[in-house]
Amino acid sequence: MTETVFPEWHNRSLDDALYECRELFEDTNFPTMKRWREQGGKVLGHFQVAFPEEIADAAGLLPFKVRGAPIEAVQADSRFGSYLCSIIKTSLELALSENVPLDMFVTHPICDAARNLAAVWGRNVSYPCQILYLPQNPNSPHSVNYLRGEYDRLKRSIEEIAGHTIADEALRKSIATFNESRTLIQELYEIKRDTPWLVTADEAYVLVALAGLIPRAEHNQLLRTLLPQIRVREKREQDKVRVVFEGGFCEQPPLDMIRGIARSCYVVDDDLLIGLRWLLADVPLDGDPLLNLARAYIENSSYSPVQHDLRKPKEEMLLSRVRGARAEAAIVTAAKMCEPGLEEQVTYTRALDEAGIPYFICEFEEGMTSFDTMEIQLETFVENILFS
Amino acid sequence: MAQTDDILGRGNRDGAALFQQWFAELNQTAETGGQAAYVFVMGSMAELLRVFDLPIVMPEINSLQTAVRRLAHEYLNQAEDYGYSPDICGYVKADVAVQLRQGEHPMGRIPPPSLAVLTNACNTYIKWAEIWERMYRIPIFTLDVPGTRAAGTQTWPGNSDFENDCRYVLAQVKELITLCEGVTGKKFDIDRLRENLRYANVMSRGWRRVLQLNQSTPSVFNALTDGTIYLGVSNGFRGTLVGAEYFNDLVDEMEFKAARGIGTMTDEKYRLVFVGVPCYPIFRRFNELFSEWGGTFVNSTYLWFAAGGVGHGYEYDLRRPLESFAEGLLIYVRNAMDSMFYQDQALDQMIDLFKVDGVVYHPIKSCRTVSTGLADSRRALMASRDMASLFIESDMMDRRVVSEAQLKNRADAFFEGLASRRLAAAR
Repeated sequence: MTETVFPEWHNRSLDDALYECRELFEDTNFPTMKRWREQGGKVLGHFQVAFPEEIADAAGLLPFKVRGAPIEAVQADSRFGSYLCSIIKTSLELALSENVPLDMFVTHPICDAARNLAAVWGRNVSYPCQILYLPQNPNSPHSVNYLRGEYDRLKRSIEEIAGHTIADEALRKSIATFNESRTLIQELYEIKRDTPWLVTADEAYVLVALAGLIPRAEHNQLLRTLLPQIRVREKREQDKVRVVFEGGFCEQPPLDMIRGIARSCYVVDDDLLIGLRWLLADVPLDGDPLLNLARAYIENSSYSPVQHDLRKPKEEMLLSRVRGARAEAAIVTAAKMCEPGLEEQVTYTRALDEAGIPYFICEFEEGMTSFDTMEIQLETFVENILFS
Repeated sequence: MAQTDDILGRGNRDGAALFQQWFAELNQTAETGGQAAYVFVMGSMAELLRVFDLPIVMPEINSLQTAVRRLAHEYLNQAEDYGYSPDICGYVKADVAVQLRQGEHPMGRIPPPSLAVLTNACNTYIKWAEIWERMYRIPIFTLDVPGTRAAGTQTWPGNSDFENDCRYVLAQVKELITLCEGVTGKKFDIDRLRENLRYANVMSRGWRRVLQLNQSTPSVFNALTDGTIYLGVSNGFRGTLVGAEYFNDLVDEMEFKAARGIGTMTDEKYRLVFVGVPCYPIFRRFNELFSEWGGTFVNSTYLWFAAGGVGHGYEYDLRRPLESFAEGLLIYVRNAMDSMFYQDQALDQMIDLFKVDGVVYHPIKSCRTVSTGLADSRRALMASRDMASLFIESDMMDRRVVSEAQLKNRADAFFEGLASRRLAAAR
C-alpha cells in the first residue's frame, strides 16, 4: 500500500490529533480498513489476545485486531446462547454485517468461548477461519519448537491468502517495524507511569488501540510524532489516586468508563489490549524469524488470566505491576460472563488483601452506556484513600 | 430365562457397584493420607498415572454427583460466599466447596491432590487447577494438546503438522513421567504402561461397539441415563482390568439385547440425539420430559467428549507404548474437542446411522466450551436438512437457572411437532 489510511491527524495540533484518533477509534464503520481495501489490500482479523501480527504484516496483509465493538448484535445474537460475554457476539456481528470484511480470521484457545469462534465463523462466512493453537504449556521446554512449527503452519495459511510466499527478509522487516512499535508503546506507558497528568487514561488507551486498526508502520509514525508533543504538554498534576486497571485483556471496557475512571484516578498501568504489548522486548532480527517470534512469546512476554505459566503466577504479576507503577490502589474488573476474568478476580483480590493494597472491584460490558453509579462508588473509594 | 435376568441391566448394576467401590477407595485414601492425582475426563491420562499407583480423582464427576444428589446448591453457595461469581462453571464452584470442607462429599471423603494433571480440552480446567495450585501448593501439569484448527482439517500421522503436534505431546508426556516420579518416588515402568494401554484398548473398543449397537431398533440403551453410568466406568476405571472386563460384559449385554430386539424402552416412539451436557439438578425428571412421550436418546455428543474422545477407534500400539500413548492422547483429546466445536457434520451422519427423529440441544450456563457454538450448530444442521430440533437452556449444576415448567413446555411442543411431522409423512 502506498497511501496512508489515516491521514486526518497529519499537520494538526496535539489536541486535534488526539480528537481525530478518538473519532477513528469510536467509528464502528472502520473507515481505515475500508481505505486499505480500496487500495487492494487484504485483511487478516485476529481475535484477542496475542497474535504474531508480524507474519500477516510480512505477507502484506493488514492485521486487524478483532476486539468486539459497542454495537448491537442484531444477526449474531441468534448464533449464540445466553450466558456468554458480549465480545463474542459483537465480533461476529461485525463480520456478518460486513462492517469488517476480512480475508481470513484467526482465533485462539484463550478461553472456552473464543475457541468456538473458528467453527461458528467458519459456518457463517466464506473466508478461511482457524484456530492458532498458542501453547498452553509454556513451561514445556518443547513449547518453543512446537510454536515455531505452529507459526510455520499459520504462515503457510497466510501465504495462500496473500498469493505469494513470505520471505525471511520480509519477516525480519516486519519484526523490525513491530519492535519499534513495542518501544513506542512502552514509551507511552512510561509517560502514563511517570507523568500521568500529561496523558489521560482514555487518550493513552485510544492511541494504543489504533495499533490494532491501522498498518503498524503508520501507527509508529503517529506515535513518533505525538509522543514528543505529549511530553511537553502544559498540564498540571492533580490530586488523583494512582491506580492499576486490571481486567481489560480481552473484552474492552467502554471508552466512557475509562474516561470516568480517569476523572478521579491516574491509571498508571493496566492490562488493556495487553496483546498489543504482549512481547516485552525486541525480537531478534538475526537467525530464524519464526523461531525468534516463538521464543519471544514463550520466554519474554506479559501475563494474562488466559495463559497459565508457572513462572508467572498472576497474582504476583499483578502485585509486581502495582508496585512497578507505584500505584496506590488497583481497579480489578472483569467483563460480564468472562470465565477467566471472573475466576482471576478471586485470586487478585485475595492477594491484594494480603498485601494491604486497596482495590475497587467491578464488572463491565462493552455496550454499557451509564457509569454514574460506578463513578460515585469509585469517587468514594478514592476519597477513602486520599483522606485516610 | 436365568441368563436373561442376569445379563439384562448388568451394565447399570455393575457400573453402580464400581462407582461405589471407586469412591470407597478414595475415602480410604483420604482417611489414610495417601496420594491422589486430580485429573479431568477429557485426557485423564489414567493409563500413565496408574503406573505410579496414583488413585484417580475426577472432580467433574465429584461435582456432578452433588447435583444428582440435589445438594449442589449448598456447595455452590459456599463457593460464591468465598468470592466466586454466579456466572462461572458450577463444577469448579462445587469442587471449591468440597476442598473448603476438607474433602467432605456426599459419596465419602475426597483426598486432597498430590498433583493435578490436565489437558487444554477445556480452558476452565486450567483455571480450576490453578485454584488447587494456590490452595495446596501442589504441582500442576497442563498437557497441551493442539486441536483441530478448522472444520474438516484434521491431520494424521505422516503429515508434518500432525508430527509437530505429536512431538509436542510426546515431549510433555515424558516431562509428566519425570514429574510423577518425583511426586511418588516411584520409577516409571514401561511394562506397566503397556499393560494399562492394553486394558484401555479393550475399553475403547468396547465403548465404540456399545455406541454402534445403539443403532439397533429399538435402541438398547438410553444415551442420557444408562450412557452416563457407562461413561463413569469408562473414565473412572480407564486402563484397568476391571474396566476392561466391565466393557467386555457390557458389549455382551448390548449384543444380547440387539440380537433379541430388546429395547431400553417398552415402546420406543422417537429416537433422539442429545447435544450438550445433561441437566443434573433434575436428572431423572429431565429424562422423563422425553421418555414420557416415548422419546429415547440413542446417542449424544456428551458420550463423545466426556469419554475423552475414546470412541474414535484409535488403539494404542503396544510395541511402542510411549509414542503411541502420546499419539493416542492427541487423537483422542482432539476428537473430544471436535465433538464440542465441529459436531454439526458428524451429527448429520449420526442422524442417518441412528435413524434419528429429532436433535435436542441443551446448552448450559456453566460450560462455555460445550455451549458457545450450539445455537449456530443447530442453525447449520437445520439449513442442511429437514430435521426437528429442540433448543433448551439450563445448567448442569445450578438449579437457579433450571425451570422445569419451561423445559416441559418446550419439550411438549417439540413432541407435538414430531407427531405432526410423522402424520404428515404418513399421508
